[in-house]
This record gives sequence, C-alpha cells and structure tokens, in this order.
Amino acid sequence: MASIRVVHYLNQFFGQIGGEDKADITPFSKDGPVGPGTALAKVWGDDMSIVGTVICGDTYFNENLDTATEEVIALVASYKPDLLVAGPAFNAGRYGMACGAVCAAIQEKLKIPVVTGMYEENPGADMYKKDIYIVKTGNSAAQMRTAIPALARLATRLAKGEVMGSPAEEGYLARGIRKNIFHEQRGSARAVEMLLQKLKGEPFTTEYPMPVFDRVSPRPAIKDLSKAKIALVTSGGIVPKGNPDRIESSSASKFGRYDISGINDLTEETFETAHGGYDPVYANKDADRVLPVDVMRKLEREGIIGKLHDVYYATVGNGTSVANSKKYARAIGEELKQEHVDGIILTST
Amino acid sequence: MVKELEEVVDVPVVHVCTVVPISVTVGANRIDPAVAIPHPLGNPQLNQDEEFALRTSIVEKALKALSTDISEQTVF
Repeated sequence: MASIRVVHYLNQFFGQIGGEDKADITPFSKDGPVGPGTALAKVWGDDMSIVGTVICGDTYFNENLDTATEEVIALVASYKPDLLVAGPAFNAGRYGMACGAVCAAIQEKLKIPVVTGMYEENPGADMYKKDIYIVKTGNSAAQMRTAIPALARLATRLAKGEVMGSPAEEGYLARGIRKNIFHEQRGSARAVEMLLQKLKGEPFTTEYPMPVFDRVSPRPAIKDLSKAKIALVTSGGIVPKGNPDRIESSSASKFGRYDISGINDLTEETFETAHGGYDPVYANKDADRVLPVDVMRKLEREGIIGKLHDVYYATVGNGTSVANSKKYARAIGEELKQEHVDGIILTST
Repeated sequence: MVKELEEVVDVPVVHVCTVVPISVTVGANRIDPAVAIPHPLGNPQLNQDEEFALRTSIVEKALKALSTDISEQTVF
C-alpha cells in the first residue's frame, strides 16, 4: 500500500523560524517534516509520510483569522494530503486557536481527517473540541515525548478509517458525541452500582456528565461615568521598570499591585512588560499601549470619568492555569471591592 | 479573570483584547476589540498624536461598554 500523505501545521516556534519576534510571519510551506514532524515520522515509519509542513506565525494567524485560514488551506491543499496533523499546541493559547481553526477548516473544505493535540485548558480546545479530534496533552512542550506517540496513534487510526473508541480509551478530548452501544448490564443495574460506589465514597465514572456552565451574569451598567471610579487590570504583564515583584514571564505565580497616583503617562524609563508570550518591543517602548494610563488620565481631567483608581493590578497571562487566574482575580477583586470601584477595564495581549 | 472580577467586585468589567473569539469562548460579558496582540491599545506605525487618538477611541468604547446595560455577551 502506498504511504498515507500527511501535511503538518506548525507555528513559527516549532517550525524553527524563531520566537515572538517572528510571530507575525505569514504562512509558507516546506517539503517534508520539520521539528515535531520528524518525531511523528519516526513513530509512523513507512506507513505514513509527512509530505509537507505549513508554518505560520501565531500572532499573524490570530490577528487575521479569515485570510490566514484561507492561505493555510491553499498551502495544505497543494500537497493533496490524506490527513492533516496540527501541533501539538500544549497550553499555548494563540497556537491552540490556530491549530483548531486550521483543522476545522481543512476538515470542512478538503474533507480529510484532521487531528491536533492540546492541553485541556487551552482556549483552542474549548473552542474546537466539538468539531475535531484533539489529543489530550500536558501543558508544556516538556511533555512532547508523551504527546507525540499519542498524536501519531490517533492520526493513524483516523487515516485508516478505523472505528474510534471513547475519549477515555483513545485519549482525545470529549466531543459531546453520543453513541448507542449494547452493554452487558442493563441501565438500572449500572445506576444502582454507581449509587453504591458513590455512597461508599469510591470513585465512579458517570455515563452522562452534566455540562458545566461557567458563566457570570453581566452586572448592570454604570449610571454616571463622570462620578465613577474605574480601575485598570491587565494580564499583559505591565510592571514598573525592573519588575520589582519578579513576576514570571510565563506560568506567573503571582500578581502585582502598583500605585499610579500622580502618574500621567507610562514611559520607556518607568514601565515595561514582564510578559514572555508576545514581542515586548512595543510595550517596553510605551506601556500605555497595553495599560492606557495616559488616556484614562486625560478622560479624568476632562471629567468624562470620575476617577482613575490609584492602584492598578497586573499579572502575566502566558500559560497561566485557569485555577491560578481565578485565584489572582479573586484576590484582586476583594481589594477592588473594598475600594468601592464602579467598573473595571481589563486589558489582555 | 474577567468573570471572576465581575463576580467578586459585583461591578461591570470590560475585556479589551485582540483575539475576540478567545474572550467569547471564555465567557467575558463585555468585549472591546483591540488592535494587535503585542500592542492592543496602540499602533507603533502611527505618529504620537494619531496613536493617542486611536487609544482614546478604544478606551471610550470600553467606557461605553461599562455604561451600557446588556443581557448577554456583547462585542462592542
């Protein structure tokens, strides 16, 4: 049998082009495997071969979703593949969004099987897991060694058109698809068994997980802006020059609170970004581009808003877990509540 | 963070961000689309005055979001 033709999608980093300074490169292709693709090729041997790799910068892709998707589709299609593999993206948000978008578009347009890999908290996972197979991976590239065999295995099964098992058996993120099967035990017996396990405090697996609606109801609008105290919060890592709290450039273990009373403008000499997930050149030159203190002060002087809160809060949203983000926001929120702020502007990069 | 702040502080929160689909998926209620990932509220290609005007327009939209009652997720 002829080898199955695979195209692999990678970002600029795994495509070995460069880091954040190359995150805005437009899509292009290279024949054969690159980076993680060579590891996939090793697992596959002669059965499947990566005929081409399509590489695109994460920032370019996310800022130009529609055109970037079209460009990537054209490059992928030119190789006439039987299967597309993207990533794995681990917990990289922009990369995960790109992998998900590319897979979903290729599946729809080229009608071939697609698969990618992500950490379950990646926003791309939430967005695309219903449409495509996403192999569950660890949260960083340190887990490449375990991610590659899992991705290679699922890709092989999809390419060969084999019957797909449950998410738990196959290691992909649940897609919300229900399949009718004959079970040797009838439902009532299984339910009683599960109940007994629950009563005994033993672990059990539900057959019908309830969806999690993690939504917050929108709070009523500010009635009179000219009397309102507005606070600034950012996940873009803006800190006083020198990063006094040593907030980490990724997987931040803390947030910082910084006094801006009397400060009308963030300058190159006084503020910078601690964020390691985007090109810091623009924010280091003028941090108002991420945290708009200059504009807020102007609007305060003009009486458009009542007051800019004296303290702003910052953390680095780069591979930061949902649990930690929630924890930091709770702590920040409790302080802001005591200060009776009327509204919050949260900026993200 | 946006959701937790809205819940804890019990005031409206607006998310200024470039990749709107992420914000929508995560569940921010008020969303104000920004310019670019490394400079959400700026554009280094503009001159200083133009850039300040651009930033002002994004902040004004954020304030409009905070002072607008909504019943569901809204991209301003």
